Amino acid sequence: MAQIKALVITGYGTNCEMEMAYACRYAGASCDIVHLSDIIGGTHSIHDYHFLNLAGGFLDGDDLGSAQVESVRIKHARIISSGKTLFEEIMGFIENGKIILGVCNGFQALVKTGLLPGNPFGRRRVSLTFNDSAKFEDRWVTLAVNQKSPCIFTRSIERLFLPVRHGEGKFICDNDETLKEIKDKDLGTLYYADDAFNPTLEYPYNPNGSIESIAGICDETGRIFGLMPHPEACTHKTNHPCWTRMENMPEKGEGMALFDNAIQYLKNIV
Amino acid sequence: MTYRIEVGLKPGLFDARGQRTKRQIIHAFANLPEETQISCTDIYTLDSEYLSSECIEEAFCDPVIQDVAVNSPLTTDFAWYIEVGFKPGVTDNVGHSAQYALKLITGRDIRVFSARAYLLKGSLSRETVLNIAQECLANSLIQYYRIFDSTEISGIEPYIPAVTIDHSPRVQEISLALSDNELAALSAERTLALNINEIKTISKYLSDPQIQQQRTAMGMGMMITDVELECLAQTWSEHCKHKIFNADITYEEAGSTEKISSLFKSYIQRSTKEIRENAGQNDICVSVFTDNAGVIKFNKEYNLVFKVETHNSPSALDPYGGALTGIVGVNRDPFGTGMGSKLIFNTDVFCFANPFYSEKLPPKILHPIRIFEGVREGVEHGGNKSGIPTVNGCLVFDDRYLGKPLVYCGTAGIMPAEINGKPSHEKHIIAGDLVVMSGGRIGKDGIHGATFSSEEFHESSPTSAVQIGDPITQKKLTDFLLRARDKGLYRAITDNGAGGLSSSVGEMAQICGGCRIDLDKPPLKYQGLSPWEVLLSEAQERMTLAVSKNMIEEFLALSRQMDVESTIIGEFTDSGYFHCTYEDRTVAYLSLDFLHNGLPEMQLYARWEEKERVDPPTPVPDNHRTKLEEMLSRLNVCSKEYVVRQYDHEVQGGSVIKPLVGKSCDGPSDAAVVRPILESNEGVVVSNGIIPRYSDIDTYHMTACALDEALRNYICVGGDPNHWACLDNFCWCDPITSERNPDGAYKLAQLVRSNKSLYENTKIYNCPLISGKDSMKNDYIGPGGIKISIPPTILISVIGRMEDARKAVTMDIKKPGDLIYLLGTTKRELGASEYLASYGLASTCVPKVDAHKALKRYQGLHRAIMKGLVSAAHDISDGGLAVSLAEMAFAGDLGIKVDLGRVQSQGAMNDTEILYSETQSRILIAVSPEHASEIEDIFQEDIRRIGHSIIQNSMIITGQDDAVIIDHDLNSLKLAWKSTLDL
Repeated sequence: MAQIKALVITGYGTNCEMEMAYACRYAGASCDIVHLSDIIGGTHSIHDYHFLNLAGGFLDGDDLGSAQVESVRIKHARIISSGKTLFEEIMGFIENGKIILGVCNGFQALVKTGLLPGNPFGRRRVSLTFNDSAKFEDRWVTLAVNQKSPCIFTRSIERLFLPVRHGEGKFICDNDETLKEIKDKDLGTLYYADDAFNPTLEYPYNPNGSIESIAGICDETGRIFGLMPHPEACTHKTNHPCWTRMENMPEKGEGMALFDNAIQYLKNIV
Repeated sequence: MTYRIEVGLKPGLFDARGQRTKRQIIHAFANLPEETQISCTDIYTLDSEYLSSECIEEAFCDPVIQDVAVNSPLTTDFAWYIEVGFKPGVTDNVGHSAQYALKLITGRDIRVFSARAYLLKGSLSRETVLNIAQECLANSLIQYYRIFDSTEISGIEPYIPAVTIDHSPRVQEISLALSDNELAALSAERTLALNINEIKTISKYLSDPQIQQQRTAMGMGMMITDVELECLAQTWSEHCKHKIFNADITYEEAGSTEKISSLFKSYIQRSTKEIRENAGQNDICVSVFTDNAGVIKFNKEYNLVFKVETHNSPSALDPYGGALTGIVGVNRDPFGTGMGSKLIFNTDVFCFANPFYSEKLPPKILHPIRIFEGVREGVEHGGNKSGIPTVNGCLVFDDRYLGKPLVYCGTAGIMPAEINGKPSHEKHIIAGDLVVMSGGRIGKDGIHGATFSSEEFHESSPTSAVQIGDPITQKKLTDFLLRARDKGLYRAITDNGAGGLSSSVGEMAQICGGCRIDLDKPPLKYQGLSPWEVLLSEAQERMTLAVSKNMIEEFLALSRQMDVESTIIGEFTDSGYFHCTYEDRTVAYLSLDFLHNGLPEMQLYARWEEKERVDPPTPVPDNHRTKLEEMLSRLNVCSKEYVVRQYDHEVQGGSVIKPLVGKSCDGPSDAAVVRPILESNEGVVVSNGIIPRYSDIDTYHMTACALDEALRNYICVGGDPNHWACLDNFCWCDPITSERNPDGAYKLAQLVRSNKSLYENTKIYNCPLISGKDSMKNDYIGPGGIKISIPPTILISVIGRMEDARKAVTMDIKKPGDLIYLLGTTKRELGASEYLASYGLASTCVPKVDAHKALKRYQGLHRAIMKGLVSAAHDISDGGLAVSLAEMAFAGDLGIKVDLGRVQSQGAMNDTEILYSETQSRILIAVSPEHASEIEDIFQEDIRRIGHSIIQNSMIITGQDDAVIIDHDLNSLKLAWKSTLDL
């Protein structure tokens, strides 16, 4: 069987590249962590990989709003070898049927660049802005998975317990039509949920005030997926905040389910 | 043309930042009418050729949620408009990112200045608005503000805070042939912090005929240049040279006199040396006291690097910038140790005055709530943006921190024991290697930081000492340098902290025996800096490297590719001299030996006197239940979740024991455990201990207790007592007697006793000190001689390992029916306790540590934890047994039933004393009944079963006479504990 090759892009304030790459490898892929300057410099190409990961962090300090400068970079920085913008390269990557995962700051980058929810790609239709508390918060949240979502990452997962670690995670749409489209096409994949696993607007279950309690969305194909919670922060049982209270926990953390699905999906198509 | 771009939320959207600003104003400024509404907009000002509106929108505006207005107000729907921006020359991170974004779009370099506007609705007078701007929104030291009403806003002119320097760079020659008074005035005027004796030593050096001959040969005059004098002043500063810790001290105690030659060598260094000798093959130390941080072994392949710094003085002036610089500054210590380490976690400990302080403040002192919020946010941005988890810390409150808050920031790193076949902790430089500066540019930021922090804080403290860190520039720098390290592109690295290039190049030059740097080479943020300012600037995010000539091209190419600025600024030599040129002229030529070893040792006098105090009887509360609630709500005991949640404590994916634990993830963890290598189950354990109140009685015991607290916290989560090391951070009030400081001899004696304690106890615990820091002038002197001195404070930070992190233990009760044991004997030790403090009392019975007994107990507990016999462990500290029991119960959401009659106590103690004594080295553990006999076997006489956990949600305490003295529901207790600091 072909080796699945994953890529984690780093640099300019990306922070979670190491654990993201670890999760990809743990799921069975080979994985390179490549500095964005190497991609722009033309020494590495995203097309050598099947799985593109945009990891969490504070790209450019989130200084003009989360991932705002990154969206400018993706649209304007040109790859030295091909002369294409990063955005054009990513469009080619998507057209080739490959998959993209954006976590936290990576999700913000996908949204701000208009790669999520798409239709059309390149237009910013939704955003992630300041939490209602206006605070950065690190806390674990319960997530319910939309079983009808086309998302290939969440197949056969019903619920997840993962940490959020952000100050700008409130999901918001540009207008009601966008929200309707997200609902109609089941692009809303993950919802902040209460203890009974029902989507909720109540703080702190919904840690940021996201409309419709949306914690993650995908595009129509289900191959591009972004979420605010951090699956790569729960790869080992000891990552779980209550692991010392639980017996017979599996060694593998539940965040791995998303990566396992991604690699399984690719194994079936590559 | 000049553009003033204003970006704000579209109408109807919830303005979270505005809401939060309003809450913060209400905290600091109680009389804001509740109906006041506040919203925020962002301002970008720039001077540029034509920019299209598409370009402006793409760079600055999120079209989903925001509107943008150019050169006109976004709205006039407000009563008052307050614009707050940075003064010229202050680091503007948002402005830098905006400049970068515009360059991506237009290809042009356009300088951008950021500001924030606060739009207020409601009936407020101009005077109230002015107060809000001054007291809450702008720090006039670094920020400007402008106030407009809705009619004035249309005429608003853009303000560009560009630096203008009206003199050209120059080198001054300074005569030292002056009277003592004139020399003192010179030192004060230039913030040199040199005493008369030290300046005379410099004069003597200059009068040496051999030196004069060499100066002539270099084309220099016989007078010292400002470059040289400033360089000497910072190298010789208390901050850099630790003059007090290296002084000759005559110490008197109870009629006997002792001569101590260097506290550092006699106690700190000696303890480590002896521990290492005794350890032989099992020595875990790799590099101690020599580099920017201490290095110990982690396993066969990796070493751990750890350093804790303080950034007190800058944080008093600008809490946000001071603390941000504190954390990103200490990041560079482990990063600049050996060949450089990858950073794996941060720690932070803050000491503040009561954030709800209501008395009138002395001049130039910021309100403690502003200090608290500013410091908290500075560390939040510094840690979170850098991608380093903040895993451990502590907050201490005492109103004597009003004049100077203490801001301790620590960082640990991990590095392969060998890099490219060479030991990674060593630095080698060969004459001929190039001096390279990488990272940020130089401005006037932080000039005199080293000397300023070596003085007390006074009304006219220099404002240039303030810097603001830039985590993203530093992140780009560390990304680049770790890669350069692994490719073997540089030979040595160190950071630019206090003293800037003067310090970093001066220290590196010692390795090869000299250096020559060109002070016109380093890139500047703006023109006009004099050479001495370039040398001394503490502008952040810079590392200095030694790069061999055959690697320099590759080094610079990688640097360019990764968007990091690197500049060759000179060459390492073996001339024996610290040599600086400016425009081809020699402006400094100092013997390295004189620079580093010429400082005369201070002669100091210390006298210890036992202070006489009368021990009050321990007050007994009318109602134990409400008293416990009150104790739980006290600032030094209450939940710090408000702060902890805002720090990312899980980035890097190796979190094992978090700062918040228990069923609802809100219990207070004793220590942190992380797995720095995700493929492995090995854990790094980190903890801290700090208890300044005990200094009021005896700093010897204060120090022993701080050490013991750090170690028992470490043990409680599962840390290995055979693989631990610690750092000491002393923050003292001025211990040198002078007219303004008549009790210096006593404060110095407190320092001596602290050091003696540290020596004796680290020896017994077999816990080597590997690095540390001291900050000796934590006093405020205001008009009319008002003086506020901090209590002598030592922070002990412990780092170590556990072989299998999956065996770690948390402090929350896990199951009903678990047995609760108390390890250790409880003594009537309530001196300076949190309990007596709640009555405004103190006594002399300060807790005394028996380190021999404690170590045996800790080793026993470690064995028990490794065997999996312990379901919860929690240390007993501030607030005693009662507080620890309550915390274990509500963190586990399970009740407990405890009988005080079963507690092993020494001598007659009443129930209150048993509940609130702060006897050290005691630990509470919960154990499943099936392990009872095994546990009791391990500890024998040292353990008592005092109760068990129950299914009901209550804490039930029975007194020694079998009557129930507390029966209270956990929710109320938890609420009391959580409400105080829920800001």
